[in-house]
Amino acid sequence: MPKSEFDLGWKDIEPGCSVSEPGNASQYRTGDWRSIRPVWDHTKCIKCGICYIYCPDAAIFKNPEGYFEADLYYCKGCGICAQECITGCIKMVEEAE
Amino acid sequence: MGKRVGIENSIAAADAVKMADVDVVAAYPITPQTHIVEHLAELVADGELDAEFIPVESEHSAMSVCCGSVAAGARTFTCTSAQGLALMNEIVFIAASLRLPIVMILANRSLSGPLSIWNDHTDVMSVRDCGWIQVFADNGQELFDHVLFAYRVAEDQKVSLPVMVNIDGFIVTHVIEAVEYWDEDQVKKYLPPFKPVNVLNPDKPITIGAFGMPGIFTEAKKNQDQALIDSKPHIMKAWDEMAKIVGRKYEPVETYKIEGAETAFLTMGSFSETASIAVDKLREAGKSVGQIKLRLWRPFPFDEIREAMKGVKKLIVIDRAISYGGPGGPVASEIRAALYQEKNMPAIANFLCGFAGRDVTADDFVRMCEKTEELAKNKKPIREEDYIFYGVRE
Repeated sequence: MPKSEFDLGWKDIEPGCSVSEPGNASQYRTGDWRSIRPVWDHTKCIKCGICYIYCPDAAIFKNPEGYFEADLYYCKGCGICAQECITGCIKMVEEAE
Repeated sequence: MGKRVGIENSIAAADAVKMADVDVVAAYPITPQTHIVEHLAELVADGELDAEFIPVESEHSAMSVCCGSVAAGARTFTCTSAQGLALMNEIVFIAASLRLPIVMILANRSLSGPLSIWNDHTDVMSVRDCGWIQVFADNGQELFDHVLFAYRVAEDQKVSLPVMVNIDGFIVTHVIEAVEYWDEDQVKKYLPPFKPVNVLNPDKPITIGAFGMPGIFTEAKKNQDQALIDSKPHIMKAWDEMAKIVGRKYEPVETYKIEGAETAFLTMGSFSETASIAVDKLREAGKSVGQIKLRLWRPFPFDEIREAMKGVKKLIVIDRAISYGGPGGPVASEIRAALYQEKNMPAIANFLCGFAGRDVTADDFVRMCEKTEELAKNKKPIREEDYIFYGVRE
């Protein structure tokens, strides 16, 4: 695993600030941008997976019970899942709550 | 030794690009452009140069194509002037920060307005801080030599930076001169095949041009600045090697009759040759006058400038661009900064002249020298006289 950006000194930077390790964007915690998070109401959820399909960050996964939930390491709280949900079972909740 | 031919300098420059065996030429094919790209288009169309000629729809695209092709490992060339450079500005900065070894000839012309197509240095000064290696060639021979030099330096794995070869538009580009071509063995000896530091290859994927968060940006800039500073010894080596192969020796700062000179002209570009004639005239008249020519603009040759200036009491800096409302000409302001800590800093007179192709003759340089003496007689040039629009009509 490469160093975090805050651990790199100027001499550690590769020429042109290029990134030589493919796919290391997966280590980037985009979840810390989030101010609201999606919460599923399982009484209304029909497990259709529309939220999973629409999530622009592929941050929604299926849990062992077949319900969908967000990986909060990546989820930016954009609310697209709640917007697209057919049954209206996803509610965006303030992170402060 | 190659043949010596009488040829338009732009055509000779295109032939030098051909000798460098470039893979891609991307350029906007109409004005502001020179015969350099026109001739390259002919060479490609006639099958004399095996390269992709990409006639893009704007200079912004030209420089973007150059970035892409160098990132793919192709030796790449482009050429522009003035407004064309202004239009490609965004990508010019990106090319340097991505360390992409593109070579560009900048046929220096005036940035409008008033609308103009003629020669001065206002275009290059608009990208002074773009992070490219920037050199000035004074004539067709120097242009030819510096095309090959540019590839050698840019592609040096320890450098990996874009190189801009500046040449005065029209005054040099459209003039017929005697140019000594290199022969193929000389080029082969001087310029090894391009082995890029970073290359886009599906077998070994990398990302070029990634987002830089605030946590990394300062470090990235320090890294880039140091890379440009550290290119200097490789630039010197490339000039040394060239001297061994073709017998012409270039330096970051060159001097003419500077030994014991009390007054010196400091020039950049083709005006240097005119100023040399003025130096001869002034020397004949018994004046203690010499000349300093700045060839390497970035990385700035601080040590060589300080060394060349030793013993000079009055320095006449010729600028062909303006920092409006600022310290006059960009060359003079950098020279002042470089000399600020020196014990015997010369009095500096800064003349702005030769805008948009207005002729400046050897006699004009003589008059600038007289004007400087007049100023120095009274006092060290003071703030109001820090820069003078030479020859401006009242």
